[in-house]
Amino acid sequence: MSATASEPRRKAKKASAMNNIPAGAIDANGVVDNTKAARLRPLPVRLAAHFKHFWPIWVMIAPALCFVALFAYVPMYGLRLAFVDYDPVEGIMGGEWVGLKYFKQFFESPQFLQLMGNTFRISLWTLVMGFIAPIILALLINQIGNLKIKSFVQTITYMPHFISVVVIVSMINIFLNPGSGIIGRFTGDKSLLANADLFTPIYWITEVWQHMGWDCIIYLAALSSVDLALYEAAKIDGAGRLQLIKYVDIPTILPTVGIMLILRMGSVLSVGFEKVFLMQNPMNLPKSNVISVYTYQIGILGNQFSYGTAIGLFNTVINFVFLVVANYISKKASDTSIF
Amino acid sequence: MTSATLTPGKTSADEIPWNPKVRQKKTVVDWIVDIFIVALIVLIVVAIIYPIWFVIISSVSNVDAVNTGKVTFWPVGFSLGGYARVFQDDRIWSGYMNTIIYSVVGTALNMVVTIPAAFGLSRREFKPRRVVLFLFTFTMFFAGGLIPNYLLFDSLGLIDNWLVFILPGAISVWNLIIARSFFETSIPEDLHDAASIDGLGYFGYFFKIVLPLSSAIIAVLALYYFVGHWNDFFTGLVYIQDDGKLPLQNQLRAILLANQSNLTNTGGMDILQQREFANQIKYGVILVSTLPLLVLYPFLQKYFNKGVMIGAVKG
Repeated sequence: MSATASEPRRKAKKASAMNNIPAGAIDANGVVDNTKAARLRPLPVRLAAHFKHFWPIWVMIAPALCFVALFAYVPMYGLRLAFVDYDPVEGIMGGEWVGLKYFKQFFESPQFLQLMGNTFRISLWTLVMGFIAPIILALLINQIGNLKIKSFVQTITYMPHFISVVVIVSMINIFLNPGSGIIGRFTGDKSLLANADLFTPIYWITEVWQHMGWDCIIYLAALSSVDLALYEAAKIDGAGRLQLIKYVDIPTILPTVGIMLILRMGSVLSVGFEKVFLMQNPMNLPKSNVISVYTYQIGILGNQFSYGTAIGLFNTVINFVFLVVANYISKKASDTSIF
Repeated sequence: MTSATLTPGKTSADEIPWNPKVRQKKTVVDWIVDIFIVALIVLIVVAIIYPIWFVIISSVSNVDAVNTGKVTFWPVGFSLGGYARVFQDDRIWSGYMNTIIYSVVGTALNMVVTIPAAFGLSRREFKPRRVVLFLFTFTMFFAGGLIPNYLLFDSLGLIDNWLVFILPGAISVWNLIIARSFFETSIPEDLHDAASIDGLGYFGYFFKIVLPLSSAIIAVLALYYFVGHWNDFFTGLVYIQDDGKLPLQNQLRAILLANQSNLTNTGGMDILQQREFANQIKYGVILVSTLPLLVLYPFLQKYFNKGVMIGAVKG
């Protein structure tokens, strides 16, 4: 980006010289003249010049900035509740400082290990399977030569992505219903959903089923950029189908794979609240109780605002650490990073 | 591996290997790989389409056949009784109305907020854009979480208020980045130069030149936002207590999952009949609630690839 940004600047300098615009002014391209004279002007003058030219841009960004400030940054300030005793009168501004009391309470609570275990197990299975499946699907779809069949397969595989979580979970319930369900009719009179050990597989399999097609679009886009001559060249060298996939397709999508992996690492400890919440029942609770649902129960249903905030903050920090570490490793290893 | 070498001596047209019309002879391994690939694709397509197909055929099949597990590939008998009962339920109607209002108004606000901001952030000469963009992207990875949100909404009077479906989600940073990438890569910079020479300011350039060229990204974002609103279940669960304000997904949950189905109470059936119809009603409800998105889907499908591809371009 930096390389392309310098291009208009150079153009602008030439233009300002030609049109005899005074140094430090902003030319028609809106590029601030970065000559020494321009940079030496006092700050208010430079700011005035900036706003005089860029006020429409600020007006266009302002609504989005206001919404983000109010609905993302004010709640971030509210995280201080994790370190104070919530006071209903003073709201998120007040409360008495208690330090790490609520974090200790969480770490020492009997559910802590179970919550961590469940959250990690469910999210790791989903992360790994939900990461591999779209790559394989993209490589397969890319092998379809007939464009009509290809777009048909794509259309079909995207479709489940648009089904709501409520409907997905009720489909799971109906299909696994003993006796009448399409799967449940083979399992005798015991419901698979009542079996706690099957909670994780049911969760990730349906998750892969729903999002595999959609998630593979990004890899298909990368694959469509392969120069066809590369395939021809490889064929001449005697490459069969498998070799084409191994030596042309896979190297092509590797950078995309890296980015997607980093992004996914940022959600290693966030299992989708809605699906787990809806799939939970008293029988599978030992294996289905996860941090996000627990936060909801403690904070919203139980009104323990400070404790709930502390659990939420703990979750966010772990995710953030994973994201930063994954980003760092990827940057070192393959020069691919998101920041 | 990938370097092409010309083999001297082969002159016949059939043997020129780089002629795309000439197919290489397939080896046995190639055949096996081909068959394996085709089989795998067929398997995946069937696995994805079958559950949806099963819901469709079950919703129009005879109740007894559905309950005893006789419906497998084609509808058995034919009955629209499930649908008749679905449409008699007030909750479905009020949920539908609410969801349509929230989705339409919400998406409209989303677009008004996202598109201009994305355009502003796409202007390279706008120096503060890196800082501003960081302010946005940071919120993707770090957030206040459930409780601070709840308390904020409470102090703003958004609890049990329909605006909670509209305002807090007014901007999705992910969609903002997609739109920004689109403006950066798909709108030629020369247009801006030409517009400036003709005396157009940023507003004129945005409304008269950029927007008319951006129908693809507008369609994609509108679809993303609309689907998000339509399928939103969390907001209704946490922030709404009044049944009359609940959107479709929360009403669906009551009918489909919490087994609060009072659909069958109409028509004076006994308990046995009620239980018989319960399943078929569920199939009907699933289809009725998902239908609008599945109807929109084929029309917007051509934009999907483009939209996701734009999102893949890193800024």
